[in-house]
Amino acid sequence: MQLQGWGRHPVVNADIAYPSSRSSAVAAVSAPHIVIARGMGRSYGDSALAARVISSRYLNLLLDFDASGGRVRCGAGVSLAGLLEVFVPRGWFLPVTPGTKFVTVGGAIGSDVHGKNHHVQGCFSEYVECFDLVVASGDILTCSRSENPDLFHATCGGMGLTGIIVEATLQLMPLQTAFVDQTTIKSDNLEETLAALEDRRAATYSVAWLDCQAAGRRMGRALVMLGEHASGGTLHAPRRRALSVPVDFPGWLLNRHSISAFNALYYNRVRARSSARRLHYEPFFYPLDSVSHWNRLYGKGGFTQYQFVIPKAAGLAGTSTILKRIAASGRGSFLAVLKALGPENANYLSFPMEGYTLALDFKLQPGLFELFEELDAMVLDSGGRIYLAKDCRLNAAGFQRGYPRWEAFQAVREKYGARGRFGSLQSERIGLG
Amino acid sequence: MQRILIIGATSAIAEAVARRFAARGARLYLLARNLERLRDLASDLAIRGAATVDCAGLDVNAFDRHPAAIEDAARAMGGIDVALIAHGTLGDQAACEQSIELTLLELSTNAISVISLLTLLANRFETQGGGSIAVVSSVAGDRGRRSNYVYGAAKGAVTIFLQGLRNRLQRSGVHVLTIKPGFVDTPMTAALEKGPLWSSPERIAQGIERALEGKRDVVYLPAWWRLVMTAIKLIPERIFKKLSL
Repeated sequence: MQLQGWGRHPVVNADIAYPSSRSSAVAAVSAPHIVIARGMGRSYGDSALAARVISSRYLNLLLDFDASGGRVRCGAGVSLAGLLEVFVPRGWFLPVTPGTKFVTVGGAIGSDVHGKNHHVQGCFSEYVECFDLVVASGDILTCSRSENPDLFHATCGGMGLTGIIVEATLQLMPLQTAFVDQTTIKSDNLEETLAALEDRRAATYSVAWLDCQAAGRRMGRALVMLGEHASGGTLHAPRRRALSVPVDFPGWLLNRHSISAFNALYYNRVRARSSARRLHYEPFFYPLDSVSHWNRLYGKGGFTQYQFVIPKAAGLAGTSTILKRIAASGRGSFLAVLKALGPENANYLSFPMEGYTLALDFKLQPGLFELFEELDAMVLDSGGRIYLAKDCRLNAAGFQRGYPRWEAFQAVREKYGARGRFGSLQSERIGLG
Repeated sequence: MQRILIIGATSAIAEAVARRFAARGARLYLLARNLERLRDLASDLAIRGAATVDCAGLDVNAFDRHPAAIEDAARAMGGIDVALIAHGTLGDQAACEQSIELTLLELSTNAISVISLLTLLANRFETQGGGSIAVVSSVAGDRGRRSNYVYGAAKGAVTIFLQGLRNRLQRSGVHVLTIKPGFVDTPMTAALEKGPLWSSPERIAQGIERALEGKRDVVYLPAWWRLVMTAIKLIPERIFKKLSL
C-alpha cells in the first residue's frame, strides 16, 4: 500500500497491519521485522513511514471513563476529535491540544505535541497518566512516571521508536462552555509581536500568525491571538459542515504573489489594534480542520513544514535573522505561526524548550532543502532544535545537536531491545536506526 | 428505549452503527466471535451513553447455538426491537476455486448462518408483531463476477431470502431492511487498494440508522450505488461474461 505523511513527501510502499486488540498488536510486533506505529498520518514527513507499519486505526475504543475525575482510558488509535465529540458535551476538554484534532492519542504521545497553552500547561504528556506499550519482546509494559519511568520518558516524544502504544490513560480538564473568548492584537513588527506574546504570558492560549512576506520595518508584523475559555454559554453547539479540497490544486497556484496577497489580506482583515470576540472552540483551536485535505492546496509535489524553536535569549535577533533569510530566498510560506514556549520537560526527545517556536509551510521545490540547511545552522547555533513531527530532511548531525539527550534516549531503546525492531525512515536518516 | 441486538458486533460497520445507537441511549446486546474485542467494545459503547450493554461470544457457524444466543439476548434486554446481522468474511476467491471446503465455509458464514438466524428472528418478530430486522448484504450480491462470486453468491442468497421474508412479515408489521453497502474501508477490506469509490463505516452507519428510521426496504449505501448496480445489472450476459470485473 502507498503511504505518505501529511506533507505527501516522501511516498513509500508499505505493508500495513491493523491490529484491533492488544493480542493482535502483540502479534504484529512479534515478527523479526522493523516496524513503526502510525496513527492518522498527520506528521508531515517520514516519521510514521517504513516498509512495515502498524496502524492504530482499529485500536479505537474508549475503555474506561471516570466521570467525576475526568480520567479516560482509551485505545491508542482514538483521535482527539473522537474524544472531543464524546467529552465536550459532558464538560471535559483536552488540557493540551495541537492545531489539528485529527491526530491519535498514540501519535500525540509519540510526538509529545504542544498547543497554544504550552507556556502554562506544558506538553501533551503532562496529562498522560500511563500507557501500555508493546515492546520488542512482545510483552506489554505499563509505563508511567513511577512504573518503567525511563520508558515513559523515552516514549513521550520518542517518535514511536520504543514500541507500539496500545492504550493510554489521560487526564481531561473541566470545561464550562464550548466557547473561547479571543482577543486579537495587531502588531507592526517582530519586536512588537514578541513583546505582545511576552506581555500576555498570563493568557491561557496565545499564538501569533505572522505575515512572513512583510519586509523592512514591517518584518514580523502579526496578528497575536489570545484566548480564554468562556465562562458563559453552552457545551452543546452546532457542528459546522466541513469543506474539502476535492482534487490536487495545480502546483503553480501557490506562488510568491498569491501567497503575498493572501498574507496581506489576512493581516489587513483585522482593522482594530485590539479586538475581541467569542467563538466556538473548533475554529479557535482547529482553523484548518474545517477544510479536509487542505494539503492538496500545495499540489501533487507536496509540501513540508519547517518548525524550529530557539531559546528565549536568542529570541528577537535569531528570529529576525531567520525571517530575513527566508524573505531573501523569495520562497513564500502560506502559514507562519509563532509561539512563545514554556520550559522543557523531562522527556528525552520532546521538542519544546523555553523560547520561541516558528512554523512555516513551504511547497516542495528544488533548492528548498538547501535553504533549510542554512536555517538549520542558524537555529542550531543559537541552541535551538527542529521539530521531528514536521520534518522530512534533517540530518543526523543536526538532530544530535538539537537533541543533546539523544544518547540517553538510545540507551533506553537499547535496554528494551527497541533498536532494530522499531524504526522509521526518519529514524534511519537522523542516525537512530 | 430501543433494544438492539447486533450479531457480528465487532464488524466495523456494526461498531459504527452501535455507536450511533449508544449515543441515543439505547440498550444493546452484542454477539461476536472475538471476545477480546467484544468486551472492549462493550466498554466503549457504555461510555458513549448506551443504557445497558451486554455481550456474549458466538461463532455464527455453530448453528445449534443460535436459538440460545437469541433467547439470551431477548431475556437480557426484555425483548428485541431491532436485530442487525452484520457478520461476514471476504474469502479468498482464488483459494475458494481450489477448495470445496473453503467455498462451503464462505457460503456457511455469509449465507447459511444468516438464514439460520433470520429463521429464528423472523418467528420471534412475527409473534411480537413489530420491530426491525436489518441485514448487511452487499452490492456484490446483485450480480456474480469472477473476482468474488463465492462471496457474491452468498450475499445474493441473503438478499433473495430477505425479499421473501419481507413479503411474509409485511402483514405482521415487521420491518425487514436489506443493506447493500458498496466498497467500505474496514478490516475486512484492509488488503485492498482504496480509491474514490470507497466509503467509511461511519458513513454507512449513518445510512443504516436513517434507513431503520424511515423503515426502508432496500438501501444501497452510499445511495449512488443503486445507479451503478442498475447499470451493471443491465449489461447483457453475453457481454458481461467477457468483462474483467
